[in-house]
Amino acid sequence: MRELTDAAVARLRDAVDRPDTGDRYTVHELLGRGGMGAVYRATDRTLGRDVALKVLTPELEQGDLAGVPGARRLEREARVLASLEHPGIVAVHDAGTLADGRPFYVMRLVRGHRLDEQVRQEARGQRLRRFLAVCDAVSFAHSKGVIHRDLKPSNVMIGEFGEVLVLDWGVAKRAAETDAGALAGAPASDGDTGDGVAIGTPGFMPPEQSLGASAVDVRADVFALGAILRELVGADKAPPALRAVITKATAIEMQDRYPSVDALAADVRAWLDGAAVSAYAESPMERAIRFYRRNSALVLLLVAYLAVRLFILWWRGV
Amino acid sequence: MNKPVLGLIAGGVLGVFDGLTALVSAPEVAPQIAGIVAGSMGKGLVAGALIGWFARRVNNLSAGIVFGLVMGALFALPFALMPDPTTGQKYFWEILIPGSLVGLIVGYLTQRYGQVAAAKR
Repeated sequence: MRELTDAAVARLRDAVDRPDTGDRYTVHELLGRGGMGAVYRATDRTLGRDVALKVLTPELEQGDLAGVPGARRLEREARVLASLEHPGIVAVHDAGTLADGRPFYVMRLVRGHRLDEQVRQEARGQRLRRFLAVCDAVSFAHSKGVIHRDLKPSNVMIGEFGEVLVLDWGVAKRAAETDAGALAGAPASDGDTGDGVAIGTPGFMPPEQSLGASAVDVRADVFALGAILRELVGADKAPPALRAVITKATAIEMQDRYPSVDALAADVRAWLDGAAVSAYAESPMERAIRFYRRNSALVLLLVAYLAVRLFILWWRGV
Repeated sequence: MNKPVLGLIAGGVLGVFDGLTALVSAPEVAPQIAGIVAGSMGKGLVAGALIGWFARRVNNLSAGIVFGLVMGALFALPFALMPDPTTGQKYFWEILIPGSLVGLIVGYLTQRYGQVAAAKR
């Protein structure tokens, strides 16, 4: 008897997993598979448009993650996403249960590139502007009491119109407070997200999250954003002030990090604008150079004025 | 800072500085320095206010610079044509060129750094 090849097994598995969505959606190819489920391209036959359909894979339906049943987690992810109406967060169109009992939800199909793929050819300023757009979306989520907890370049997409979209809110956690200012220091409280269990991606996950600490707050996302920033600009190539921003955002101790994503974004924006960065104590020489770079035309005009004055003195023989 | 106020302050400060330089370029005018500084500051204030007013109406760096240059030259011209009352000597280019440059600088400052007034509701 012939042995099954890996490719054949994968095709069989895909056929078994392919969701039966009934009349409304026609499911096409698999777009991706993650810890929380599989995402397919599908066509909404009622509205005549392509969408992304996320469904729990059968193995996740059987098991659980951090003690939480997979089905409940996916339903929860859909509710969290639906509560975050923001241009930087992908919109949920529909949610329901498949004929086989697995939950699914339908969201906008994002056509574009992953952040890390897109920015390879881009200048540093453009990379930082994209980073600020990510911060804007995450900050909005924090203002609604939601902590992402799995921010990384592969979870950020650049759409075909240049829009920046934060994806994969599967391990997001609702914090106790809804006020953004009160979020820092307030431990996340939603029992559905597995306190005491490490959830996230190594390299982008802060130490307290990798240890499974329950006191994970918005500063976990600040850490992940700092790690993303390091990926985007390259810590070795970054100027000292920008390096200091990365170091502060990814500090081991959470109290040493920026207290909020807005504070991190403010420093990145300041650096982009040529202004002082709170994370970096610059020398007088660095301050003078920064002032010159920011106001070079004005400085040159004043120098020209003084040069004219000196020329007149010389001309008159004073 | 809004553009007319920035123009007023920059014009005044640069006007004072411009007037004081007469002490170096023409030490013989030292007895009249108070009048020279006051006149230079006065024309700086008026020219600065006009340049700032222009910057508020026309949000264009090049136009602001040209307008500043012309205003600086126009306001410096009467003083440039005026002979020294004691020596009778004229300081045409010594007054006209720096005066025009001061106007240019104020034009640049108001366009680049002046805040646009909030839209009326």
